Amino acid sequence: MKESEKIVSSVQIEEKKRAKEKIQLFLISAASVIVFLGIWEAAVRLSWVNSQFVCSPSEAFMAFVDKLTQPNPDGAVLGVHIWESLKLALIGYVAAAVIGVPLGLLLGYYHTFDKLVNPIFEIIRPIPPIAWIPLSVIWLGIGTTAKCFIIFLAAFVPCVINSYTGVKLTNSVLIDVAKTCGASRWKIFITVCTPSAMPLAFTGIRVALGNAWSTLVAAEMLSATAGLGYMIQQGRALGRSDIIIVGMLTIGVIGAVLTAVLNKLENRVIRWRAK
Amino acid sequence: MGEEVKVRVENLTKCFGDLRVLDKVSFQIKKGEFVCIVGPTGCGKTTFLRLLTKLTEPTSGEIYIDGEPADPQKHNISFVFQEPSAFPWLTAEENIEYGLKVKKRPAREIKAQSDKIIGLLGLEKFRKAYPHEMSVSMEQRVVIGRAFAMNPDLLLMDEPYGQMDIKMRYFLEDEVIKLWKATGSTVLFITHNLEEAVYLAEKILILSNKPARVKDEVVVELPRPRDIADEKFVEIRKKITEEIKWW
Repeated sequence: MKESEKIVSSVQIEEKKRAKEKIQLFLISAASVIVFLGIWEAAVRLSWVNSQFVCSPSEAFMAFVDKLTQPNPDGAVLGVHIWESLKLALIGYVAAAVIGVPLGLLLGYYHTFDKLVNPIFEIIRPIPPIAWIPLSVIWLGIGTTAKCFIIFLAAFVPCVINSYTGVKLTNSVLIDVAKTCGASRWKIFITVCTPSAMPLAFTGIRVALGNAWSTLVAAEMLSATAGLGYMIQQGRALGRSDIIIVGMLTIGVIGAVLTAVLNKLENRVIRWRAK
Repeated sequence: MGEEVKVRVENLTKCFGDLRVLDKVSFQIKKGEFVCIVGPTGCGKTTFLRLLTKLTEPTSGEIYIDGEPADPQKHNISFVFQEPSAFPWLTAEENIEYGLKVKKRPAREIKAQSDKIIGLLGLEKFRKAYPHEMSVSMEQRVVIGRAFAMNPDLLLMDEPYGQMDIKMRYFLEDEVIKLWKATGSTVLFITHNLEEAVYLAEKILILSNKPARVKDEVVVELPRPRDIADEKFVEIRKKITEEIKWW
């Protein structure tokens, strides 16, 4: 009994130590952000940099508060811009994941399919998504579909490649286990190769999210009337660095939030992975 | 029933290019028999097992289970590999049920069988544990449980305890004997450890150097649990050691 009490108390001490460490690490991160913002603010206020080129963080914050309710000068409040951008990014992104992951898994598993599709894929793969803009305009016009298409292309490639590699790296012993159990090729694909590829597939899905979100500005260059990319463009046209920075930071923060949501989903789907 | 032939191997030959690994290997295994295969290092033991599971096709010769050519889709063949081979994404219980699910057995039978095996292995507390939460020996026990759960026509084990220390080996060997008796499976166990072979087997097949042939069959009729220090035990082990010497 005493021994177990000892263990419990040592576990408690260890937990306390960890909690303390966590707080310390958080404080370091917070301090770094505060110092960065402080230097930036000072640089603008003390005229080390020309305030026409970059606004101070406090001005950016004021612009942010303002943009929550004011549609001027770029025609829409921040919420509308965010919604427009999210809509575009998520449609393109979800389509890329839903088509790209299964395609990558099948390419990795079926040799003939691989030989059939891979050469074409290898040629298309290195083309940057924004190089597709002119063709997308010709094919799809300048509406939502064209923008979604560009984002789709940006997110599609990592989904395919990572799922493909995931299947290729499946432990051959596990495939042999399924074979000796009498599993069919399809059954092996579904019960062994697909779950085995999931960690890498999720890495692809995460990279794809970054790509989709960062292609947004480029996609919104195609005549938009709202959206974060459009807002940044308008800020540039009007010479308003505060609007540009609010747009950029909003993209950054939403990107981080989406990544966090995805990480949660990943941890839930791949519960079996060693931490 | 005890004399019924379960597995018949006829003139099994395997060549990789010019290299002849197995040369006309023939033998029979009775239903419910526990057979160990020993042989010099690199004599082709693993190739031999892969042929029996049809993971590799033989150059010539045939394997019959219950008089029919062996076919993993028709027959229940289980294989315990040298390396840990539990599916990392399945819990202990799901791993044990895997083969039965592939064979599309009724849900009630699957549950009953997995409960039985989990009970025999004393893994009740680890039902819902994933392999990364287990030690290597625990994972290997789950794998062995999975193999026995299928009520296999033929259970093949390829040095499953190669990575364990000696104490763990004896513990696991006793466990295998327990599972074997409880399920009445026919087991073919490969090992390079002669003591292990004499401890486990009812019959030991001794393979020669490459190209491997069955050099001798030794029947072990010692009572269980066997005592490794027993005079007869040591005598059999020495006899096999003599036969296996290639130097």
